[in-house]
Amino acid sequence: MSFIQAQQVRFSYDAETVDAREVLHGVDLSIEEGEFVALLGHNGCGKSTMAKLFNGMLIPTAGKVLVGGIDTSVEETQLDVRRQVGLVLQNPDNQLVAGVVEEDVAFGPENLGVEPREIRRRVDEALKAVDMYEYREHAPHKLSGGQKQRVAIAGIIAMETKCIVLDEPTAMLDPRGRTEVMETIRRLNREKGITIVLITHYMDEAVQAGRVVVMDEGNILRDGTPREVFSDVEFLKRHDLDVPQATELAYRLTAAGIKLPEMPLGVEECVKMFRRYLRMETH
Amino acid sequence: MISDITLGQYFPQKSLMHRADPRMKICLVIYAIVLLFVAGNFASLALAVAYIGLGMALSRIPLKLYLKSLKPILFLVAFTSVLNIFYGTGEPLWQWGILRVTANGLITCVFVAVRIVALILASSVLTFTTSPTQLTDAIERLLKPLSKLGVPIHEFAMMMTIALRFVPTLLEETDKIMAAQKARGADMESGSLAQRIRALVPVLIPLFVSAFRRAFDLATAMESRCYHGGEGRTKMKSLSFGRSDWMVAAASLAALAAFVALNLLLPAVGRP
Repeated sequence: MSFIQAQQVRFSYDAETVDAREVLHGVDLSIEEGEFVALLGHNGCGKSTMAKLFNGMLIPTAGKVLVGGIDTSVEETQLDVRRQVGLVLQNPDNQLVAGVVEEDVAFGPENLGVEPREIRRRVDEALKAVDMYEYREHAPHKLSGGQKQRVAIAGIIAMETKCIVLDEPTAMLDPRGRTEVMETIRRLNREKGITIVLITHYMDEAVQAGRVVVMDEGNILRDGTPREVFSDVEFLKRHDLDVPQATELAYRLTAAGIKLPEMPLGVEECVKMFRRYLRMETH
Repeated sequence: MISDITLGQYFPQKSLMHRADPRMKICLVIYAIVLLFVAGNFASLALAVAYIGLGMALSRIPLKLYLKSLKPILFLVAFTSVLNIFYGTGEPLWQWGILRVTANGLITCVFVAVRIVALILASSVLTFTTSPTQLTDAIERLLKPLSKLGVPIHEFAMMMTIALRFVPTLLEETDKIMAAQKARGADMESGSLAQRIRALVPVLIPLFVSAFRRAFDLATAMESRCYHGGEGRTKMKSLSFGRSDWMVAAASLAALAAFVALNLLLPAVGRP
């Protein structure tokens, strides 16, 4: 059985009232342990709602979300769900609780009732994992956005969750902070085997994932590897979704009548392809 | 700049006072304040002041910073002590109309001034040498017995932690909003008091809206990190009452004995 399983999930905000609006219309999605999944879509397509459903912050109005076999809607086991799936939000300022970095990272394990000495070990390890160890005694408001976001990630790692769900973690960051956070996420997935669910609307970030899920208006449109998903540029354009810059370039060149050997996803790949293409042309 | 406000500021340093248990520091500040107000003659007052002075010296924080902390209350000290000059009892030394200066009034004036200044200095020693987290932690432990009576001590301490954490964030935001409103032509520095208060409304409303948004986010983040109240919660840093703390406590008790002796043996001066 998959680690996270959404079965026929429907969700409406203000479900009991007259102005209930359904944002998810029966979504099925399974995520395996150790995967790096990017969840893509427009604002209001239901992707942030999905994030909060994964750790039981929201409960589906119909259908089920299972985390490690536990139903998120059962009140008694909600802590067990949150102990496995951590959530990182968009605004780095609003999710740090304590006035000192290391004490903020300790907040999660403290809530779980972990022994003080063990907390210390986890906090140090988590801060090293996100490369923020030397800032452990700083005040959060003196850090840059990217650094704050990495502290927030450390706060989840210290709880030793198996999975981290990140809801547009780079949306409020500058390009440098964005790279820092993306590198951290990839490293955690690769080295620690932590399952990552990255919700984003930056296509160039989605390309770095192992699997891309595209959502639109509360449904899943596409689900596959980045190459599979982004190769169908026409389809994405029809749904007003962007493609990575390199893909966009290749797509336009193809449309202008230039025959390219393949559709590149990243910048490096794109450069390599052009080199090959130009060599072919000159010979 | 609003963010220059230094309220209860903490200055990291390696000193005996910084290392001391924050619970004891809080108790000692209260103790010092009691001494100041019970002191009935110059000798015992001097002892209380010397006690606080010793605390300042042991904190290894420059005197300049202590003097700076006195600045905002200078007017209050001057006002109350001058007022006290004219309220003394006994033979007047000098009289002009209803204004009478007596020896007793002069002594009271000195007492009042010294008491207020020393009180501020004593609390500065506490806030300068104790980080906000340590402070809230200590308050939580000290008030713990009250939680048996149903007082929500843990919640209170958590509120304080969060408030302290968000003071700089919200100050920064206030600065930003003010700049944004000024850029739109808002005038906040001129006009009558009423006008200036009215000019603050366009700053306060966005500030409140954003504070609520932050609160929602923070609640989500805290719940995601398994926060479920104080029950079953542990602490990474546990407070420990070490050997140096026992020594400080013992020295303070010795000071108390000397103080009581001085206060009882020498006659009381000044207005009772």
